[in-house]
Amino acid sequence: MKVLVTEYLRINLDTEKWECRRCGHEHGNARENYKHGLLVYDRDPREIHKPLLDTQLYERTYSPDPKWCRILEYYCASCGTMVEAEYLPPGHPPLHDIEFDIDALKLQWKDRKEVTEPSIAPDLALEKVKHGRALHAEMHHGHQH
Amino acid sequence: MHDNISAEERALLDKFLADNKMFLGPDPEIMRDHTVTPRSAAEEAVLKQGFDTHQAHHIRGLINAALSEAFTMVNQMGAAPGAKWGDLVTAIYTAEGNLAMIAPHGIITFAACAFYPIRFIIKNWVSDPTVGVKDGDGFIHNDARYGGVHNTDQSMMMPLYYKGELICWLSSTIHEGENGACEPGGLPAAAESKYDEGIKMSPFKVVENFQIKRDLVTFLQNSVRDPKLQLEDMKVKLHAVMRLRDRIIAILDQFGREALIATMRMHLEDTETEVRRRIRELPDGTTRVLQFMDSSLRENCMQKISVAITVKGDRMICDFRGTAPQFMNRSVNTNLASFKAALATGLLQNIWPDLPHTMAVLSPIEVITDPNSIIDAEGEMPQAMSLMPLFKACVAWTVPMAKFNYSLPRRYSAIIASQYDQAATFIYGGLTQHGDVTGNFCGDINGMGQGARSHADGEHSVSPVFGFMADSGEHEINEEDTPIIRLGAQRLAKDRVGFGKYRGGMGYEQIATARGSGMWGFMTGCEGSKFPSAQGLFGGYSCPAYQLLKIKGVNIFETLNRDPKAIEVFDILKLMNERPLAGGKYSSNDMGMTFELCDEGEIYMICQGSGGGYGDVLERDPALVMKDIEEDLLSADLAREIYKVVFDERTLVVDEDATRAMRDDYRRQRLQRGKPFDAFCKDWVTAEPPADLPYFGSWDDNRRIYAQNPAINLKVVMNADQLQGFYMPNPKDLQIASLEAQLAKAQAALEACQAAGR
Repeated sequence: MKVLVTEYLRINLDTEKWECRRCGHEHGNARENYKHGLLVYDRDPREIHKPLLDTQLYERTYSPDPKWCRILEYYCASCGTMVEAEYLPPGHPPLHDIEFDIDALKLQWKDRKEVTEPSIAPDLALEKVKHGRALHAEMHHGHQH
Repeated sequence: MHDNISAEERALLDKFLADNKMFLGPDPEIMRDHTVTPRSAAEEAVLKQGFDTHQAHHIRGLINAALSEAFTMVNQMGAAPGAKWGDLVTAIYTAEGNLAMIAPHGIITFAACAFYPIRFIIKNWVSDPTVGVKDGDGFIHNDARYGGVHNTDQSMMMPLYYKGELICWLSSTIHEGENGACEPGGLPAAAESKYDEGIKMSPFKVVENFQIKRDLVTFLQNSVRDPKLQLEDMKVKLHAVMRLRDRIIAILDQFGREALIATMRMHLEDTETEVRRRIRELPDGTTRVLQFMDSSLRENCMQKISVAITVKGDRMICDFRGTAPQFMNRSVNTNLASFKAALATGLLQNIWPDLPHTMAVLSPIEVITDPNSIIDAEGEMPQAMSLMPLFKACVAWTVPMAKFNYSLPRRYSAIIASQYDQAATFIYGGLTQHGDVTGNFCGDINGMGQGARSHADGEHSVSPVFGFMADSGEHEINEEDTPIIRLGAQRLAKDRVGFGKYRGGMGYEQIATARGSGMWGFMTGCEGSKFPSAQGLFGGYSCPAYQLLKIKGVNIFETLNRDPKAIEVFDILKLMNERPLAGGKYSSNDMGMTFELCDEGEIYMICQGSGGGYGDVLERDPALVMKDIEEDLLSADLAREIYKVVFDERTLVVDEDATRAMRDDYRRQRLQRGKPFDAFCKDWVTAEPPADLPYFGSWDDNRRIYAQNPAINLKVVMNADQLQGFYMPNPKDLQIASLEAQLAKAQAALEACQAAGR
């Protein structure tokens, strides 16, 4: 039985390992931080959020300040998929962001059917926005957008 | 007095102290409790008689219709700009002050904290012979310390009596804007104490016999910059609540008091039951996220919000310990009740939009904070710009809850990255072209980009972060009422996006100037100029940093008068990079700006931001990348550099084989440059925050909180349960000191030259 945890991670309840959902690579013990099994790269944020204003003219250019912000990119050590992009001030300890109780997870999935592809739910918030817009348009402009 | 007193003496002493309380300030017993109260005797008695679910459904529908009608009245008649956009709510509460229902398209946040002042009224005014509560009374309130989001919002609250019995409470709240603060518009980032925040209404009676008391209104009008607005909207809210009262009385006439009381109570209890059921479905464990705010709106400084959500069975605990300490003279603090109201809003908006909009959504969830932190600040702390941490609360759920929700066999709504969470708009004030004094803010605050979803790109400028929908306003109406002229508006901000397999919804550019006023000015209140604010999800990138751009010392109207074609397209990047206005002083600044005067024709430019991206950029469908280029949302260079797509720039035809090869090669590059986590941490992790970074909050241990400001050589490490506030130096004093030092240095050099006879 495998439980999907993120777009790129799943937990194999039988082996108690974190696995890559793209290539099946085992990242490590599911009772520990999955990041232990990943590769990390300290990315200068200006390489992703490139300066859009002339750097000769302005200090602030829509790029984050690399002295304030770095991007830790986490890659699957086997297929190179980027599993997480963590924005931190320089030197800040990476976060242990997922810490599941594996015994409880096993009990929870004992009677559940395995899910191999994630369920897609409707975007209810967006539906509410659209409904609200239609009402507002009707109220203020007498027509539906 | 001896130590051992009898129960009788103790009761006497307690009564004496209660009767002689010198100041009925915000009551911690009320303000720290976000839960639905236990059943009252009346509720218990009513429910013992049985509960007809079909009838309750019918009654709920009627209440919804009544709330909706009252909402429409305020929306149509309200004078505040916020009222016109839908930045308001109408609500009904139980007799004990539990928020039962809000208007279906109202802003939940307002009502999710208006139950606090109602509980204050119940506790203090009902039995006070000098005040009392009776049929026909109405109470007003705006100070967030007694409940409320922030002091720009004003509520009208009315008890509903039926056959002599208090059955429920009704309310209407509008973001009014102007409130007489030290800066116009009601959101003074310059407030250095609570006494700079303008009028601070504790809950008090302003309506008797359904009539507004003119003496009190006059006092309120005399305290704000927009006296007409103050009167008009008090009337609007009162009459909307009175109409709501009529409708609820009709329900009582038709179904009886028992049916209404039971319906409201079970609406709350059923919602709590459903929330607990949904929590039980999640995996047991903890997920975490960190949020960093990079500005106090007066200076850049990092403030950390630490979020850990723990699920155990049907319990959910939100632990915010480790968050930055409060500022004594900066307005970006919030009180805990407002913070929880924003949490309730975010939970509904981002995680479970299908749940009823009641306080019962948050009620079963435990919230832990460090007292005196920036999200649980003392009452004396300024909090006029509490929007900064409150907007963070709205999106705090998205990343950690996505990690809980992803595994579910059946989800309740889309998995979604964080929405842009800054108050990107112009707050304004001054003298209008009609000679009126005014202050308020613009409706384009409501167009924040949606986070990318697990199945699709985010929607552009979808909604405010605090509500499902509020209009972004009609600029033409704004231009009729105020000197603000929009040179550019609602044009999507090209290339400023959270990249990912699915990209965040983008924000629009906002370019404004002023005309026809002798005195006009703007302020902006946003963070995220150094550290991006909207977080990506599962490998998606965050939004970029955003700036406030200015072109001062020009008059665009004179320029266009001379040459109507001088600037044909108002595009921020072109204006700033090409500098077409000769003689202008161009600058790129932090998005937090206290009020400053804008001379006629000077130009101020900001952006609404993008939501975070979702997933690995290398998995983005090249066809979607081409679509973004075609729609002028993305430049070709970024398509190649970020998404690694090979294509013909003229035809936008993708070379799929070359793209695949390029992406495979890039994955190999990642494997080469990435370091194993443990080895990486050994090099990366530092014991403390960088010494040159102004930093507030925990670092490696949530029990130890740093407060460091290199500008004044401040460095303190505190235990999290013993937080104190910090005083920030005036940025102008720092600038003066720096200039004086330069001057002294130059003077010394001059004297040295003179001494050397040169």
